[in-house]
Amino acid sequence: MIEQLVLEEVLGVAMRTGGEFAEVFAEDRRNASAVLDDGRVEELTSGRDRGAGIRVVVGDTTGFAHTADLTEAGLIAAAEAAAAAARGGGGGTNIVALDRRSASRGYDIETYPGDVPKARKVELLGRANDAARAVGGAISQVSVSYGDNRRHILVANSDGLFVEDDTVRTFFAVSCVATGDAGMQTGRESVGHTIGFEMFDLYDVDQLARNAADRALTKLAARPAPSGQMPVVIGSGGGGVLFHEACGHGLEADLVAKGASVFRGRVGQQVASKGVTVVDDGTMEREWGNIAVDDEGNPAQRNVLIEDGVLTDYMWDHLRARKEGRRSSGNGRRQSYQNLPMVRMTNTYLLAGEEDPESIIASTPKGVYVKHLGGGQVNTATGDFVFGMTEAYLLEDGKITEPLREGNLIGNGPEVLQRIDALGNDFAMGPPGTCGKDGQGVPVGDGVPTLRVSSLTIGGTAA
Amino acid sequence: MSEDLLAIADRVVAMAKPGEQIEAVVVRGTETEIRVFGGDVESLSSAQSQGVGIRIVVDGRQGFAYAGSLDESAIAETLADARDNVSFATFDEFAGLAEPDGVVIPVLDLHRDAMVSFATADKIALAIELERVVMAADPRISGIESAEYADSISEAAIASSAGIRTTGSETSCFLATYAMATEGDETQTGFGFSVGREPSDLTPSAAATEAAERATRMLGAVQPPSGRLTVVLDPWVTAQFLGILGYTLDGESVLKGRSLFAERLGESVGSSLLTLIDDPTDVRSFTATDADGEGLAARRNVLIENGVLQKFVHNAYSARRAGTVSTGNAVRGFKSTPSVGCLSVSLVPGISEPAALIAGIDDGVLVQEVSGLHSGVNPVSGDFSTGAEGLRIRNGELAEPVREFTIASTLQKMLRDVQAVGSDLQFLPMNATGVSLVVADLTVSGS
Repeated sequence: MIEQLVLEEVLGVAMRTGGEFAEVFAEDRRNASAVLDDGRVEELTSGRDRGAGIRVVVGDTTGFAHTADLTEAGLIAAAEAAAAAARGGGGGTNIVALDRRSASRGYDIETYPGDVPKARKVELLGRANDAARAVGGAISQVSVSYGDNRRHILVANSDGLFVEDDTVRTFFAVSCVATGDAGMQTGRESVGHTIGFEMFDLYDVDQLARNAADRALTKLAARPAPSGQMPVVIGSGGGGVLFHEACGHGLEADLVAKGASVFRGRVGQQVASKGVTVVDDGTMEREWGNIAVDDEGNPAQRNVLIEDGVLTDYMWDHLRARKEGRRSSGNGRRQSYQNLPMVRMTNTYLLAGEEDPESIIASTPKGVYVKHLGGGQVNTATGDFVFGMTEAYLLEDGKITEPLREGNLIGNGPEVLQRIDALGNDFAMGPPGTCGKDGQGVPVGDGVPTLRVSSLTIGGTAA
Repeated sequence: MSEDLLAIADRVVAMAKPGEQIEAVVVRGTETEIRVFGGDVESLSSAQSQGVGIRIVVDGRQGFAYAGSLDESAIAETLADARDNVSFATFDEFAGLAEPDGVVIPVLDLHRDAMVSFATADKIALAIELERVVMAADPRISGIESAEYADSISEAAIASSAGIRTTGSETSCFLATYAMATEGDETQTGFGFSVGREPSDLTPSAAATEAAERATRMLGAVQPPSGRLTVVLDPWVTAQFLGILGYTLDGESVLKGRSLFAERLGESVGSSLLTLIDDPTDVRSFTATDADGEGLAARRNVLIENGVLQKFVHNAYSARRAGTVSTGNAVRGFKSTPSVGCLSVSLVPGISEPAALIAGIDDGVLVQEVSGLHSGVNPVSGDFSTGAEGLRIRNGELAEPVREFTIASTLQKMLRDVQAVGSDLQFLPMNATGVSLVVADLTVSGS
């Protein structure tokens, strides 16, 4: 994307006013998407974003500038702006020699979506639409979306690091509306992987569409969710967002350093029930949160955050790790070249236990079974978090009974982690997610086995 | 000053082939964001960005492409991509661009030269002052999660083969902070902000006082018992609900069978105290604009009047399909085709101050913050359930802080259960204006 000699020159300019660290992050990203709604393929969209972000660190201050102009002149102007923003003082000459490394993710993309005729992508939309509507007359509306992107990044910094990576992601989602006597309900199914068009060898789009339609139909007969505290069983693959919110964000080193995390100062302590092991793993092949290198050029890692209930480590980016004199954990990510990187999750999951999922359900006399959680939100300073349940059922006498309408669950991270009292042997990854932090969205994955929390507050309307 | 952008848009439109309708949206923006921590700049980002979005319609089929660049070669590639994408769309007799409708684009004071000439050093000083006054606001303030200054200067031009030619320029800036209050081993948080079109509109002390008050008053919060209570939503919370309510009144959702109000025009859908307007021409609103995303004049639309549903909002496509005219509600950035949405929704305020509203409630909750709205509210079914925190109301007075509970109802029922609208209109950094709202019979789920 940019010549090595030009990068060395630009980094030299960035460091000229006394910078202690400088970095060029360049990105060339192509997006393609297609949407079918209301029976029509509304449009295909193609997009391209290309540019570079340059940061310069002086003391505790980071200066940052970005540009869509990747010529040497454009990059030097951005480097000067970033250096000025960091308010560097001293002059001098800085020679940066880059050492080119390769990024590896351990598998190959089989079919680049850019090589697939657009007609084939559109055909998938039509098939899913037909399959969803065939489920029944109560399905009153169907929306299907397809998306792929190819993101080529380049990172070069004043420590001599120079690495490039090429990432391909493919996404497909079906949303249905079902209409019945009591109004409308919605159902959704989505899949996304860090692979190419071969994703459609793994999934049958007709089946994905039927899943979405079935979810909407099931909820037509749903009763209002209960309110108050009770045991909650979360289904395999359906609830990784629980750990993303209950502890993931609170283990991001930037929030910890500011005192904005309830997990500050708790490394080495028992923060969760015995048996609970939580991992953040950017190397997980083909998953939505997979990365070969992070957006600061550090290789992805498998990081154990909580092991058998004991907090083992936080997640780190370059800046926080540098301050603490340690290595980045490969968690420095950013939405695009227009943003500064910060500590972000990749694929966050809870390891499987040994119990039979059926027996976990059977041993819960009364409560709620959540098959799929929706999005969530957390206040890391207090630990209070919420997440939505998009598919849930009542548990009565150890059996899954009536479907429930949507509602939020609310809890406190450190308390909920201590209340996990059953872990199934049936681990699965869940649907693709987008994690938002300070206005930046990045793709993340999550996974859980069937598990039980002995008490959570269910935010329904029924007494 | 956006004339060069309009010239680019005109050049794209001039490339239309026979039978093609073309629309080009060209934008450029300058943004600064300064975060401070510990009395020093933590990060300072400054950047200029630009982009072009090209929409082509041929014989009832639409294609679209965009690029984050205004290079001639990028524009040529984008035009070719948009053209290529046309053939894959399904024929739609209503597809097409917006036509000029004769409504004059209002002259609004949205661009301030003072914003453009404001020095970076002065921006830094504002952010550092914000952090300083937050830390000094109360001895229990233990730190800040963030304190930032941000501004943007944005310009846009839209031109089309249907005869649309508009340009616009807006400036905005804000201060925002998240403060932490600590007592013993308990920490609570609160945010505060100040918004404006130029730096002289900003008051660091107001943002600091609000953040400190919101954080400190939550110290000692307990989980409330479950029950059905009267709830006072503070302006910030009301605004977030209005944003979601706006979605249910979008003409495209109505046409596609996704609005719970689809068949209800002319009917009573809520308390007679409710009059909901969408008015992007009110310059006090953060999202005020003179033109919509298709270049038609922005205008004031009354959506619900005294509880009766009056109007859905439309862009050119949804209006054509519904057999009506655009209400000037096309919403878009340069990376997408126009969708339909409210631009700046607001309730017409009532006459009571918040204190008077609270004085009338024996047993209730003042909700000052909600969480999980994106996962907890389904605008199609109307079901909602969100995390909440705030203060208990007992015998007409604010009592102990409460947290870790949810409030739940349906949007339909909540509109009927509105008992009062406050007089305290508050303009916020979002597309809805806040006001205190009293809603009876919400389910509070706690211990």
